[in-house]
Amino acid sequence: MIAHSIFFYTFSIIAIVSAIMVTASKNTVHSVFFLILDFISISCLFIMIGAEFLGMIMLIVYVGAVAVLFLFVVMMLNVAQQKNQWFSSEASSKHIPVGLIISTLIFVELIIVVGGWKYKPDLFDINNSLELAKVSNTHSLGQVLYTDYIHVFQISGMILLVAMIGAIVLTFRKRVGVKTQSYIKQISRERSDGVSLLNVEFKKGVKIDD
Amino acid sequence: MEYLSILFDQIYKILFLLVPVLVSVAMVVWLDRRVWAFVQKRQGPNVVGPFGLLQTIADALKYIFKEIIIPSSSNKVIFILAPIVTMTLALIAWAVIPFSATQVLADINVGILYLFAVSSLGVYGIIMGGWASNSKYPFLGAIRSAAQMVSYEVSIGVIIINVLLCVGSLNLNDIVIAQQNLWFVIPLFPMFVIFFISALAETNRPPFDLPEAEAELVAGYQTEYSGMMYAMFWLGEYANILLMCAMGAILFLGGWLSPLEIYPFTLIPGPVWLILKILLLFFLFALVKAIVPRYRYDQLMKLGWKVFLPLSLTWVVLTASYLFYFNLLPVN
Repeated sequence: MIAHSIFFYTFSIIAIVSAIMVTASKNTVHSVFFLILDFISISCLFIMIGAEFLGMIMLIVYVGAVAVLFLFVVMMLNVAQQKNQWFSSEASSKHIPVGLIISTLIFVELIIVVGGWKYKPDLFDINNSLELAKVSNTHSLGQVLYTDYIHVFQISGMILLVAMIGAIVLTFRKRVGVKTQSYIKQISRERSDGVSLLNVEFKKGVKIDD
Repeated sequence: MEYLSILFDQIYKILFLLVPVLVSVAMVVWLDRRVWAFVQKRQGPNVVGPFGLLQTIADALKYIFKEIIIPSSSNKVIFILAPIVTMTLALIAWAVIPFSATQVLADINVGILYLFAVSSLGVYGIIMGGWASNSKYPFLGAIRSAAQMVSYEVSIGVIIINVLLCVGSLNLNDIVIAQQNLWFVIPLFPMFVIFFISALAETNRPPFDLPEAEAELVAGYQTEYSGMMYAMFWLGEYANILLMCAMGAILFLGGWLSPLEIYPFTLIPGPVWLILKILLLFFLFALVKAIVPRYRYDQLMKLGWKVFLPLSLTWVVLTASYLFYFNLLPVN
């Protein structure tokens, strides 16, 4: 038990400190690295409470893919400069209220969730927890996701798909004059398409590329 | 006292795993260079030790005694952290590799997910190194390699789903045992080919070594590194290659199982079979390096997203419907 609490406190302290450092550090790239550290320590906490599947998926999805894209954006764009502009210019007065409202909303939601879990335990269905204890984490998750909650699961998948297509449509633009490789064109090219033999008159030459 | 004995027991086990891995990484570098040389009708490293076997050790000694140069405009903490991250991630993944039914350091429920997660973290060593160097070529190399690794991870993930459909468990030992009658390389052969090519791209091996394409980017993300830090990148890379080979051996070639369950084969213990399979895959890696020219970058991305991803997704649907209609789904 002692080892368990030592590990728990280590990971939670790392998680909290790195979460603070995400907002506190001056360098934006450092913030992203602290965010990654936060994700990793939270997935360690997931594994410690026995939710090993969630912990691993957290590592794969958030750390392995999402945070890489964050890093991309932060490294490519000059985010730090923009951030300074926001806080020093007139426009900052517009951003700060919106941010405050959103963070209050999230805070209230968290309080509702924690309160519901703490003071109204019968909100959660714990009838089949005995059955769940026998099978592994992944099996029990699958059994719930693909039976009771299949419609919610499918709808969330559809929403993600629509969001993905929307993002592609918004950023897609047809560029003209770009030379792209087409395998079918390359393979189906015949000698007669590219080469033609001409009888060239002396001192006249041929006009090409017209 | 009890904790201490558990701790020492674990440390002993970890050392017993890591020291052979590190030694075999050194040997494998030699093998790689040797195979490469033989394909090109050269001798390769053959001076230090018998058949040049000690060449890598000599190289490593040279790297250790060289001065470490840290560029003055670099981000020092991340610059130093990058090779450490690469090396650590390449080594911790070996914890779940089963060498036989009992010889595995951590027999966890979600072994394959752990392997996948650790290999997807590998991209950070490269990005950190490239960004912290604060120089154009390393940065370009890092960006390239990050895009490449993220794209090919997707297809590797889908291929793993194929195998998991046939097994019904995420435990690596269960995956091996499920192949007792038929190795997955036979029913899932197209997936094995795609896995092999994706593994080449995932470990930045030729023909997908765009991140360190010497003609364009000097040495990619490693350009500013020297001495021991360069050697750590290099060792981590080869440990990753061995890990990918081990993953291929476990997912498709039956892990520690012998090819036939008859007399002369059953005498050889499981770990030897696993090592032989890893070496076979590594030999293919080395051959590919010697015989295939480098891809162009847009072709590489096209191959990942427009060929491998649709193909492996279609194969998931095929495998699932086949298993479903012939009632072969593993149920427990």
